Amino acid sequence: MEAPLMHLALVGTPNSGKTSLFNALTGSRQKVANYPGVTVERKEGFFVTPAGRQVSLVDLPGTYSLRGRSPDEEITRDFVLGKAKGEILPDLVLCVADSTNLRLTIRLLLELKATGRPLALVLNMFDIAKRRGVTVDVPKLSAALGVPVVTSIAVRKGGTAELLSLTDEIAAQVQAAPGQNLWRPLSASELRATQREADRIIASSVSLPKRPDTWTARIDSLVLHPVAGLVILLAILFVMFQAVFAWAQPLMELLSSGFDTAGQFVHDTLPSGLLQSFLQNGVISGVGSVIVFLPQIIIIFLFILLLEDFGYMARAAFLMDRIMGGAGLHGRAFIPLLSSFACAIPGIMATRVIDNRRDRLTTILIAPLMTCSARIPVYTLIISAFIPPRDIWGWVNLQGLVMFGLYATGITSALGMSFLVKFLMWRDYQPAPFMLELPDYKMPRLRSIAIGIYTRAKMFLQRAGTTIFAMMVLIWFLASFPQPPAGAEEPAINYSLAAVIGKAIAPLLAPVGFNWQIAVALIPGMAAREVAVAALGTVYAIEGGKEAAEQIGQVLTTKWSLATALSLLVWYIFAPQCASTLAVIRRETGSWKWMALTFAYMLALAYAASFATYNIALALGAG
Amino acid sequence: MTDLPDLRQQLPLGLAPRGYSGTIHRLAAGQAQSTLPSDELESRLIELGFVEGARVEILHEGIVARDPIAVRVDNVTVAIRRREAMAIIVA
Ligand SMILES: Nc1nc2c(ncn2[C@@H]2O[C@H](COP(=O)(O)OP(=O)(O)O)[C@@H](O)[C@H]2O)c(=O)[nH]1
Ligand SMILES: [Mg+2]
Repeated sequence: MEAPLMHLALVGTPNSGKTSLFNALTGSRQKVANYPGVTVERKEGFFVTPAGRQVSLVDLPGTYSLRGRSPDEEITRDFVLGKAKGEILPDLVLCVADSTNLRLTIRLLLELKATGRPLALVLNMFDIAKRRGVTVDVPKLSAALGVPVVTSIAVRKGGTAELLSLTDEIAAQVQAAPGQNLWRPLSASELRATQREADRIIASSVSLPKRPDTWTARIDSLVLHPVAGLVILLAILFVMFQAVFAWAQPLMELLSSGFDTAGQFVHDTLPSGLLQSFLQNGVISGVGSVIVFLPQIIIIFLFILLLEDFGYMARAAFLMDRIMGGAGLHGRAFIPLLSSFACAIPGIMATRVIDNRRDRLTTILIAPLMTCSARIPVYTLIISAFIPPRDIWGWVNLQGLVMFGLYATGITSALGMSFLVKFLMWRDYQPAPFMLELPDYKMPRLRSIAIGIYTRAKMFLQRAGTTIFAMMVLIWFLASFPQPPAGAEEPAINYSLAAVIGKAIAPLLAPVGFNWQIAVALIPGMAAREVAVAALGTVYAIEGGKEAAEQIGQVLTTKWSLATALSLLVWYIFAPQCASTLAVIRRETGSWKWMALTFAYMLALAYAASFATYNIALALGAG
Repeated sequence: MTDLPDLRQQLPLGLAPRGYSGTIHRLAAGQAQSTLPSDELESRLIELGFVEGARVEILHEGIVARDPIAVRVDNVTVAIRRREAMAIIVA
């Protein structure tokens, strides 16, 4: 008979290396990052021990205690106490410690003992501890705590060997009846007493680091400098956005010519007709025009993952705390908002680290205003078609500058919106406290960055293969049927359903300068922003024949005025064009009201801003 | 025989300048104008390692009103606003 699945859970303070351990053991694709609060959901993975025992491992959000002060800490508490519905109590709780800093974890471990679950202490980052001259008397520590203790190095091959054999040992033991759960929230004086007890145990079996982390101190003296630190933060953001535009270009051109060749091949081999049009205009040029943006999406995630793994994010929160406080935002909101530059969905989920409900709701409300990577295709297309690639001041690319301006507008309006929300809804607003551990800097790990980028790229391609593909088929269908009557003079699309729908909505959008083709593209853009690019491609390709499909950008310059292009750019800064984001807002806030509010305010902003842009541009002669 | 006067002045950490280093004398959560109830504030401070006897040093401060501050507490660096740091009485 096969032994039943053994359940293990990883608990520990933020940044102790739980997620790295999870990756090392399960090999699963899972986000690892070096700042408090990156694991906002619990994740499960599976592995087999050397003795052949099947194990399920759960990675939980970091916490300093079981009190559950914020939604992510509640996840950890409920899991350990078995309060979550339908959850199995873990057979073994692995309490993971950063070996260079044991005080807080040992206190947490003493608190965990009251839950009655079998426990083990994992002294992780033992490589760093050794380098700094920390010595641990493991048997003595284990005896003093009354739980097994193992050392581990999550990021080194074979660094989890001791932990694996301990798991086997525990699995082999006759299961003692688990203890009673006697845990209850500790009062301040009990906390103090457990901290004293922890400090006493540490003093008796652990030597303090002989060498402090001088690197962290040196880097911080620059990075946390009140003025230089902010300059560095801005410089990092600026380089990030320039890189997205400049570095990705050669790769994008390569991809784009690859799709052109494929389209041409289909065009040349198939007889002209519906099938040829479907494959060339609907599938290859449609999906291709979205996949071309993969390099840019990889670059933006590369920056975010590097900054996270290095340990910079918590510093950025420190630098921005009071500055964002001016707009009524909490310093902790910086991390979710920065993640929203990649995608608002993980950004909104990352707001779980904010314990104050009002702060959290405000952050969720404005997160979609951060320019997510799905807007990049739209911005890139329009910018490269309408903005000349001139250098100004000798080294700044004008296109990059416009891109930067779009991002900056998103940020500024997010701050303004937050200010307004606090002013209108919560006048009695008092700032919630900001308390955040600043972890030591770590060299980013190639493996964890690679896993992170791989998962993001896979998600993007999956979207391109499913949602975007489906939308493209729909658009192609709408743009191709009904077929024009025999002897028709006008382009075929003018007789299609797409034209009927587009022309019906167009009057609503005329004041902001959009024609009916844009109106058609905006509808599937509701499912995913980047689809709009492909949809425009399809609409104009079917209208203009195969030449148009190859160069959407060039076609646009002949069809749109500069005023229309600028208006569409501005529309995209604000418009609530993403069904998945709205769904996540609904789930995370638990209310339709917040979702509706987000949708309404973004739509209103988009319309107003595009209206203003269009009319100002017209007045300046850009019609 | 006279009591030796306290050579080091007691003060809330929230008022200390950058570079200050000292030892936590006691926590006085009631004295901070924090939005948190005082037991909650006290619990959180303890959980981050701010307990009596711990060594603290102010390493960095922010640009607006020299706030927040980055405090070294024994082996850890913690960012905290001056408002909450008023609850930490150091000497
Ligand atoms: N040198 C070293 N670095 C580690 C070790 N474990 C984790 N790290 C690094 O510590 C940082 C935080 O790790 P993470 O797994 O995200 O911590 P979590 O917050 O507990 O999930 C990352 O930059 C890891 O690369 C270890 O054993 N040795
Ligand atoms: Mg984690």
